[in-house]
Amino acid sequence: MTDNSSGQATGRRLRTAFAALGMLPVLILLAAGFQFMNPRFLTETNLLIVTQQSSINIVLAAGMTFVILTGGIDLSVGAILAASAMVAVMVSLVPDWGLLGVPAAILVGLGFGAINGVLVAYIKLPPFIVTLGSLTAVRGVARLLGQDTTVFNSDLPFDFIGNGSLFGIPWLVIIALSVVVLSWLVLKRTVLGTWIYAVGGNAEAARLTGIKVPLVLLFVYGVSGMLAGLGGAMSAARLYAANGLQLGQSYELDAIAAVILGGTSFVGGVGSIWGTLIGGLIIAVLSNGLILAGVSDIWQYIIKGLVIIVAVALDRYRLQAGART
Amino acid sequence: MIAAVQAEVARQPVLEMRHISKTFGPIRALHDVSLTVHAGEVHALMGENGAGKSTLMKVLSGAYRPDAGGEILIDGVAAATGDPVKARAHGIAVIYQELSLAPNLTVAQNIFLGNEPRRFGIVDRDQCNRRSNEIIARLGVSFTARARVSSLSLGERQLVEIARALSTSARIIVMDEPTTSLTSRETDRLFEVIATLKSQGIAIIYISHRMEEVYQLADRVSVLRDSGYVGTLERDELNASRLVSMMVGRDLSAFYKKDHRPPDSKRAVALSVRGMSDGNLLKNCSFDLHKGEVLALAGLVGSGRTELARLIFGADRRTSGTLELDGKPVSVGSPSEALAAGITYLTEDRKELGLFLDMSISDNISMGVLARDARAGGLRDFKAAERRAAKAVSELSIRTRSVQANAGSLSGGNQQKVLLARLLETEPQVVILDEPTRGVDVGAKSEIYRLIDNLAQKGIAILMISSELPEVIGVADRVLVMRDGAISGEVTASEGKPLSQETIMELATGAAKR
Repeated sequence: MTDNSSGQATGRRLRTAFAALGMLPVLILLAAGFQFMNPRFLTETNLLIVTQQSSINIVLAAGMTFVILTGGIDLSVGAILAASAMVAVMVSLVPDWGLLGVPAAILVGLGFGAINGVLVAYIKLPPFIVTLGSLTAVRGVARLLGQDTTVFNSDLPFDFIGNGSLFGIPWLVIIALSVVVLSWLVLKRTVLGTWIYAVGGNAEAARLTGIKVPLVLLFVYGVSGMLAGLGGAMSAARLYAANGLQLGQSYELDAIAAVILGGTSFVGGVGSIWGTLIGGLIIAVLSNGLILAGVSDIWQYIIKGLVIIVAVALDRYRLQAGART
Repeated sequence: MIAAVQAEVARQPVLEMRHISKTFGPIRALHDVSLTVHAGEVHALMGENGAGKSTLMKVLSGAYRPDAGGEILIDGVAAATGDPVKARAHGIAVIYQELSLAPNLTVAQNIFLGNEPRRFGIVDRDQCNRRSNEIIARLGVSFTARARVSSLSLGERQLVEIARALSTSARIIVMDEPTTSLTSRETDRLFEVIATLKSQGIAIIYISHRMEEVYQLADRVSVLRDSGYVGTLERDELNASRLVSMMVGRDLSAFYKKDHRPPDSKRAVALSVRGMSDGNLLKNCSFDLHKGEVLALAGLVGSGRTELARLIFGADRRTSGTLELDGKPVSVGSPSEALAAGITYLTEDRKELGLFLDMSISDNISMGVLARDARAGGLRDFKAAERRAAKAVSELSIRTRSVQANAGSLSGGNQQKVLLARLLETEPQVVILDEPTRGVDVGAKSEIYRLIDNLAQKGIAILMISSELPEVIGVADRVLVMRDGAISGEVTASEGKPLSQETIMELATGAAKR
């Protein structure tokens, strides 16, 4: 009897610790494990590669965090990234105006995100269906933009974004971190941020409290699309090229995985952008570490998939810890 | 009376429930209730919402086990309690308000669902249809066993439920408000079926709020009140005033606080509602609400009180109707417009429609005024939220260790106070309270009454929906009664004479018509 109850207390304490710390211990454990397997893991060069590789996913996942916090989902970010990257490269080819490729990509992303937002917020269609549709349609638009070919610009005016550094820190990393900090500011320090949590926590209560729920939804899908557009510019800057068919394939899944790994509840209302950052890093560390450990490509897929499922299981466990008495 | 006693001796009751009590933790849902039902009798069961009718029927059907000391006798023999399967075997069947049929199956399939006649392990469809048709013939209805349930009207579906009860040789059929969703023709049809069942010796326990139906059908009427048994009237003893006083007769306690002066009729009108309809339940509702007045909206569950409140607040779409605030027409098409105009609404369902359980008490209280408090650039003013929360915690005595704790961690009464605090932060002129004391303990109740009284003293107009008549009488200055989506009457206190529960109940049930 005594054993049992003290075991329960320990269990509860463990769950509470999970809830408070999030997935940071998992990230640290993973990093330590990979370092043990291959001492090259924790080197400056490799860590820069990891952060650089994760930067685009973290930008997408930041937008996804906004959407999932409202209880929605955005499956179209990979396709929007591809279309925006196409636009970025095509605009970069315009003589003298090439730098406008970046804002153009962001605007294209914002546009697609706003369309998603209108369909979800005002036509009141389920987010899964809306963004599943735009996943396919926008992918088609991306292919159409380049007549289904790869567009190149070896003299990309904004290539520093993808390959340059500032004080030794890659621009990709700086952008990703800035997006995370800005997202934190919006979510935790503004009225709009509180409304986002409120809509995700209880949409009907939010409406009865006078919150304009459709505007909030329009905003989150707009942000997600816009950040996917930024991701497109980052991707184009890195590759000096874009391809409507291949670019950004299944990026939405990595973004969703990062958000869920970060402890944001799939039903909305609970979560944080810092969690998403850690989730994105876990995915990047996992990919990089598995490669360094010499795990085959096929097994990388299987392991990553299992990690996502375990993460959702942890999400449940965590929610139980937060359960109201 | 003597005739009744003789009848009692002559007939062996098919069902006797003796000394049934049921407690859920500290809550007493039934206290020493006894009920005797004879074969071929329609026995009506009446009482206010929450009087214990449904609990008693759940004990009968085996869904609940009564507390020790209570027993159920079938044909004079003690039967097992708390076992739905045995209850069914004893011939007890309950027809619930929400029908439980599979719409895509045929009538016969539904009648024998889970109880299919088999041959060689395969459902014997012919036998199924034949036996179904026999049962349906007993009810004298117009559809066949092969009809798909989805093609039937609501009334016909109810008859399928009754047929299902008959297929298990039910001898005691409980009908819980069976006519709520039926048209008048379907109701007539149902009554014919009830007469047929009666003639076949089946006992029917009929739960209804509607006086006309009870007069028309019942051989005897038993009344429950406050979880206890009040009495049983024979058919020839039935009269409206007697029934109503049995249902409501309670003393008012000094529990309610009414220090504000009830406004005289010359007091300015705060909110004027005209011709509100929702194209569904609500029909052309109009009334005036005065400044500093507590106006109660009484009526039975389903009479349209919450629907009317939500329509005024802009939470649902209306097909017609106008609002005037302080004599000026206002357009309220959404809750945000209503709040901007100074109308606020406390939901009856605080967990589903009110609170943000995963957010802090402080955020919950400030949620409606975040934009008003915001600093430049839409940044949150956390200090302002803290101030508002601290003020609310002390003024409404919300018991919590910290205003940063989640709203979900509070007890029901304190959650309700958080919602009330949120509502008051918007500095409303008109406050609509939907069941403000539902699920709240006695201490919090009296605090909420005091708060309502204070608001009225400040000149705020209050519309309060309540299903508890003593609360209505104790708190309100004036009562509007709703019935079937329309305002069926108004009850006002005159000099020295308090509001009458009987009048309210008559208006709510339609007894006044008789």
